[in-house]
This record gives sequence, C-alpha cells and structure tokens, in this order.
Amino acid sequence: MTRAGGIATSLAVPVLLLVLWSVSSAEGWLPDQLLPAPSEVWQQLVENAASGDLWTNTLISLQRVGEGFALGAIAGLVVGACIGLSRTLREMVEPLFLFLAQVPPLGWIPLAILALGIDEGMKVSVIAWASFVPVVLNVAQGMRDVPTGLRELGRVLTFDPWFLFTRIVLPSAVPQIFTGLREGLANAWQTMVAAELFASSEGLGYLISLGRQLFQLDLVLAMVVVLGVVGLAVNGGMALIERRLLRWQGSSRGQAA
Amino acid sequence: MSGFSLSAPVLNRIGPKLSPRLRPVVLGAILPVGLLIGWQAIVSAKLAPSYMVPSPADVVLRLQMEFYGGTFWLDVGSSLSRVLRGFAIGSAFGLAAGLALGLSRIAEGLFGPLFMAYRQVALFAWVPLLSMWFGGGETGKLAFVSLSAFAPVVVNTWRASRAIPEKLRELAAVLTFGRLDYLWLIALPGALPGIVTGLRTALIYAWIATVGAELFLDIAPGLGGRLNEGRDKFEVDLMLVALLLLAGLGMVFSRAAAFAESWLLRWRTR
Repeated sequence: MTRAGGIATSLAVPVLLLVLWSVSSAEGWLPDQLLPAPSEVWQQLVENAASGDLWTNTLISLQRVGEGFALGAIAGLVVGACIGLSRTLREMVEPLFLFLAQVPPLGWIPLAILALGIDEGMKVSVIAWASFVPVVLNVAQGMRDVPTGLRELGRVLTFDPWFLFTRIVLPSAVPQIFTGLREGLANAWQTMVAAELFASSEGLGYLISLGRQLFQLDLVLAMVVVLGVVGLAVNGGMALIERRLLRWQGSSRGQAA
Repeated sequence: MSGFSLSAPVLNRIGPKLSPRLRPVVLGAILPVGLLIGWQAIVSAKLAPSYMVPSPADVVLRLQMEFYGGTFWLDVGSSLSRVLRGFAIGSAFGLAAGLALGLSRIAEGLFGPLFMAYRQVALFAWVPLLSMWFGGGETGKLAFVSLSAFAPVVVNTWRASRAIPEKLRELAAVLTFGRLDYLWLIALPGALPGIVTGLRTALIYAWIATVGAELFLDIAPGLGGRLNEGRDKFEVDLMLVALLLLAGLGMVFSRAAAFAESWLLRWRTR
C-alpha cells in the first residue's frame, strides 16, 4: 500500500463516522442531549479557545500533572534505587509497599480529601502517589536485573561502589527506568483527570464534569477531544526525550530491554 | 532476584542474622508494626482529634461490625461482580477486535488509527459521557468497566497476532489451512502469551475502573460507594476498612492473574 493510500484508508472510517454523525443529528435520529451535532462540539472548542478558558484550564491540568509527576518520580527514583540495591531494604519495604500499591490511586482520593482538603495539595499528592508506584517497581527491577557478566566485570576491575553504580548499574537499568517513568507519567495523567472530575473548580476534568452537570454534551465531547490531543502531545514528548537519552544504546537496546 | 547489592554488605551485617525463611517475614513486618505503634502512639497522646485519626482498635472493631452486622458481603460481592462482568464483556470484545486488527491488513488499515486515537483519551474522561448515555446506575458502571478492560486486550492481542512468525504462516499455507483452522491452530496459540498479558492488564484496569465507577457514579453497594459514604459522614474508620479491603482484593486479583497466566501458558517449554 502506498503512503497516500494508507492515509486514505485510515481516514475512511473516521470520515464515515463523522458523516454518519452529522446526518444523524441533522435528521434528529438521536436527541441532542445524547449526541450533539459535530458542529456544536466544534463550536464549543472554538468558543473555549477564543475566551481563553481552554488554555487556562489546560495549563492548570498540565501543571498538576507536572508537579505530581515530578514529586512522585523523584521520590520513586530514590526509593526504587534503594530497594533495588539493598536486599535488606527491599525485604523491609516491599511487602507494605506492594500491599498499598494494590489500592487503585483514585481510591485514596476520598481519604486525601478529608486529610488535605480539596485544594491543590490533595490533587498533587494523589497524582504523585500514582506516578510513584510504577517508578519504584521498575527502577528496583532494573537495578536488580543487571547482567551477571557486567557485574563480574565490575568486580574484576575492582570498581568502588560509586563507580560501579554510575558506570554499570545505572546505565544498564536506564531502559527499565524509562519504562517506569513512562508508566508513571501515564498514571499521573489518568489520575489528574479522575481527581479533577471528583473535586475541582478548574482544569480539563472540571470542564468535563461541568458539561455533565449542565447536560452540555457538546462541552463534554469537546474536552474529551482536547484531553486526547494533549495526552498525545505529552506521550510524544516523553518518547522524544527517551529516544534522545537512549541514543547511545543503539543496537544493543533490544537486548537490554 | 539475586542479592546483588552495593550497600547490602553493610546493611546485611546490621540486619539480624536469621534463617533465610524467617528473614523476609521478620524484615517485612518491621515497617507495618512500626507504623501501627506510631499510629497508636499518636492516638494515645491525643496528637490528633479522634474523628480524624481513629485508633487501630476502632478500625478493627469497624471491620468486625461490617463483617458480622453490616453490608460487608454485599459490598465486596457487588464490587467483585462488577469487575468480573465488566472484564468478561470488555475482554471478549477486545479479543475479537484485537484478532481482527492483527490478522487482517484491511481491518488494521481501517480501524487501527481510530483505535490509537481513542487510546489517547484518559480513561476517566469517558465517565461523564457514558453516564449520560447509559445512566449512572448499574448499566453505566458496567459500560465503563467494560470499556476499560477493552483497550489493553485489543492492544496486546493485536500486537501478538500480528507478530506470528512467517514460518508458521507458510506452514499454514502449505497445509492449505482454512481461515478458521488458521485462527484456531496457529493464530490463537501463537498469540496466546500476548493475549494473556492483555487479559492480565485488563483485569487491573477493570479493577481500577470499578472503584472509579463506584466513586463517581450513583451510590450503590460496593467498596467505592463505602469510601464515599465514609467521606460524607466523616467516618475515617469506615474509609480505612474499605481501603484495606480494596488492597486485599487487589492482592487476590494479582495472585489469581499470575496463577491463571502460568496455567494458560504451561505448555510452553521456555
């Protein structure tokens, strides 16, 4: 299939759905409350963009994700490295950690609201916890899974612990660390939406729940689209960073992963 | 899982010299027991108001009360049934869609990009939409749980059935397999490891979505609903009991999933 042909095929179904959707709302097959016309959804997007609401709320959501993810990831790197490097620490921390990690992150929201109120602190803490969990698990795993050959090499060359860590353990754990960071960011994003839906007066999730309360499905759908686009951009940015940082690994990457 | 470590030699010397079997138990108990003592100390010293921080004994009492006199069984049963029904519906559709995408180039070309676009939207963004379409009751909850279980099964089945080795395809061609034989004898077994990974992820997603649905949608029996109730009535002991149960059930799920995975893939020699 040619490139142009491929694009045409991939657009066929979305375009068909869009046409069907337009026809359905023009003919009034479904009530407006169940499925507003595509033009209304577009209208909502344009209006929200023009009034600036779209940008401020997107920025607020991104800020929450950024703060929560940064906190969770940094703490996760430290804790993950500790339990990845020391068996004693792992045996001490892991059982409790794994138990707590079984609760879906948003399950903590009601308790966090009682303890911290409904302000930024609550949202950022829950988001931070959501990104903390996969980072810890993957960082610890990555540091444990250093190939035996490399470890022995370090021993033969009588590396001191710090040198061993920076030259052997860390580089070989990097792919898995990134897996953890990627999962952490994805979790942070999901949890942000959940927290904003649950208790918030700003942000993309808030706009969605506002649309639901006002029975404005066009607003809901418009914000679903925005969430998709921003999510794509965030994921893309992360993938870009990962590729740049892992460039040195070249062909050995598949082996390490 | 070897004991490679930098600081461990030092730490292991500090750590008690215990038999290998006892060691993880003792070490693993240190933090929970420490937390429990710290918690009790806070309560005993009245550092926090008792409505904010109930004593460990209060929580145990509440657990007992819910267990014997309360709606404990109904709540756990309702949550479990939502997870399992949603998981079944979502993964059945996901399996069919994933196989279609992985085995047919046409289906992949037509629906692949659309599916990838759908995947970009955060899961919970669908909650308001689904609740308007299906209502906030049982149907809406089930729709959301099913949708959550759907995507991971599709992705993994798609990827795995697409990656069936060329040799096996050629073998099927030589043996003049029909579509169904190919599906049953080559595609499904070949893609099984990927499918199982997808199912396991789907179970976790279904679990998260169930708690989410119970928190966000209409109040009904279920552990998420009890969490909301605890927040509304400011009953921290109830919330802690619900969280403990959520963690316990989550443990059971991940154990069950790991067991099911090794059982389903037992024929593999690798």
